[in-house]
Amino acid sequence: MSYLPYALSVWLLVVGLYGVVTSRHLVHLVVCLTVAQSSTYVLLLAVGYRKHGTAPIFKGIPLGTKATDPVVQALVLTDVVVSVAVLALLLAVAVQVHVREGTLDPDEIPAVRG
Amino acid sequence: MDVLVPLPVALPLLAAAALAAVGHFVPTWFGDLVAAVVSVAVAVIGVVLLTRTGRHDLVYWFGGWRPSHGVALGIAFDVDGAGAALAALAGLLTAASVAFSWRYFDETGPLFHVLLLVFLGAVEGFALSGDLFNLFVFLELMSVAAIALTGYGDEPAPLQGALNFGIVNGFGAFFLLFGIGLLYGRTGALNLAQMGRSLAGGRADGLVLVGCLLVTAGFLVKAGVVPFHFWLADAYAVAPAPVCVLYSGVMSDLGLHAVAKVYWPVFSGPLAPHTPALRAILVTLGVTSALAGSAMAFLQRDLKRMLAFVTIGQIGIGLVGIGLLTARSLGGETLYVVSDGLVRGSLLLVVGVLVRRLRSCDELEARGRGLRSSAILFAVGALAIAGLPPVGSFFGRALIVDGATGGYRWLPIVLTMVSILSGGALLRAVGRIYFGWGSEREPVLGEKPVSAEQEEPAHAPRGSLAVMLASAAALLVVGVGMAAWPRLPDKAVAAATRTLDRPVHAAEVLEGKHPPRPHTSAPAPSGTSIAAGLVSAAGAVGLALLALFGGLGTLARPAILRFKALHSGIVTDYVAWLTAGVAALGAAFVFALR
Repeated sequence: MSYLPYALSVWLLVVGLYGVVTSRHLVHLVVCLTVAQSSTYVLLLAVGYRKHGTAPIFKGIPLGTKATDPVVQALVLTDVVVSVAVLALLLAVAVQVHVREGTLDPDEIPAVRG
Repeated sequence: MDVLVPLPVALPLLAAAALAAVGHFVPTWFGDLVAAVVSVAVAVIGVVLLTRTGRHDLVYWFGGWRPSHGVALGIAFDVDGAGAALAALAGLLTAASVAFSWRYFDETGPLFHVLLLVFLGAVEGFALSGDLFNLFVFLELMSVAAIALTGYGDEPAPLQGALNFGIVNGFGAFFLLFGIGLLYGRTGALNLAQMGRSLAGGRADGLVLVGCLLVTAGFLVKAGVVPFHFWLADAYAVAPAPVCVLYSGVMSDLGLHAVAKVYWPVFSGPLAPHTPALRAILVTLGVTSALAGSAMAFLQRDLKRMLAFVTIGQIGIGLVGIGLLTARSLGGETLYVVSDGLVRGSLLLVVGVLVRRLRSCDELEARGRGLRSSAILFAVGALAIAGLPPVGSFFGRALIVDGATGGYRWLPIVLTMVSILSGGALLRAVGRIYFGWGSEREPVLGEKPVSAEQEEPAHAPRGSLAVMLASAAALLVVGVGMAAWPRLPDKAVAAATRTLDRPVHAAEVLEGKHPPRPHTSAPAPSGTSIAAGLVSAAGAVGLALLALFGGLGTLARPAILRFKALHSGIVTDYVAWLTAGVAALGAAFVFALR
């Protein structure tokens, strides 16, 4: 089993984190959040992968055929749906920030601090 | 009887969907009524479930997919004493919040109640679920509803709070999901009991440790434990008071309790040889959080933000209770977070009354302008936060303090300091706002808060103020009076003992066996804990008087101001802190647990 998907997944998480931490634009920041999130998709799919397995559709194939794990695919689907809701909300907030403050730089939004 | 278990989730979600569909065609009071009825019903169901968990957990398999030969196929709700108690707490706080918000907003649309009900459904699911992935989904659902609720209202500040909330919690959820993926790869299961059984034979290798680290970090972000707490203070400071009640009273408590809820069934087997190291790590985190939170609370002038930091401090004490890793301290933690959550909720509602009347929750601006009749609520709540025996959370706290044996005998002293700071901050506000003591200028406390920029005071009808104060009083009475429930500490410790017994718990969930459990009883609070409680309360009063009449000028030290300035309000800083915190926790895991 190749370690490449796991390495890719960690890489995506780190890149996403770096992008968010150094971001100067809210839309860029939210996109970086998506990049970090996609690391979990890659990880889950890699966990469920079986070498030479078919897609987990058990109709018309002989019993006992090797297939990839359907559970992780269901998890990824759920995760995608949930994250779309979160991202849509965050982008809506970003639009509102721009309407009210005229800036999208996280460092320049008037903030509660201290 | 099983049919009751899914109702706390199903009822609010169905009601929310129905209300969203018809909300624009029905009068506003209809939304109030539906939300009130549903949240009261959920609270009642929570209490009924609580009385039925006395002997064994209630396990409900959705769609009747029961485990076959000890292998879980379906998704389960696994209700234990703590879960049922938190479910009842959530219902009660939501009911109080609905009653409070009846006339709180100048104009509410139907969406406020829809969001509130979705949030309640997610919270209930999180409290009752026995499946790790389900916990993640409910956590995210909670976030979605909460981001929208934080931004609710037309004040300028909520946007930044909502943004920080969403992004930092988003990363917390990614870490959680990453951990879930790794653990699923190892165990092939998502049911907590099943995962624990699969891991029990092996030792804690790198993968289990990383999985444990990421899952724990994900929950700690939600709980607002230092250094993952930055988003919490911003979100509280800007969210409307009735929403803050739910954040402070339920969301943080649930995030915290999830650490224990997952640790004992899943990780306690492979990590058993590392118990002392793990205890040191968790107690250190808890103490840091408690000290930093209460110190920051003392440096605030915005009351909602002060209560946010009080929450962080109190959650830190709860984490100490979990981190001591004994049945007694875990039972104490459950008791503590429930009664303290009620008291914090009540305090936030009292602050909400101030916001409604004065259009300000700034301690200095509101000096001498508070309504005297609500002073007693605020003062009693502050003393309960300080841990005055035998009020409210004292018994839970005593179990935590008395559980600190061996190398942890210094804990009572530190926790007393924490209580003096938190209680002192709140009592200082009582003195200044309701009695007009102290000065109107305290440069150390910083600029006038953003959220206090408001127009003319609105003239609320007299009756609505009474309803607001009554809902605050109701929460306070339940939170403070909980101690009168017969043998409550015994029951909490018995429930915690069952949580700790991993093999028996797994047999209960996976095979449906309910073996008889030995009778447990909690020891009465020791002299040390009573003395600690009395010293905390007296110290809090003393500190408040000192701060009011001596001024806070001596606090203007560079170190203190720099510490305060760390809370910059910039989300990119917070994500950097989050990353650093996870890395530090990971380093601690590697060095201590290998």
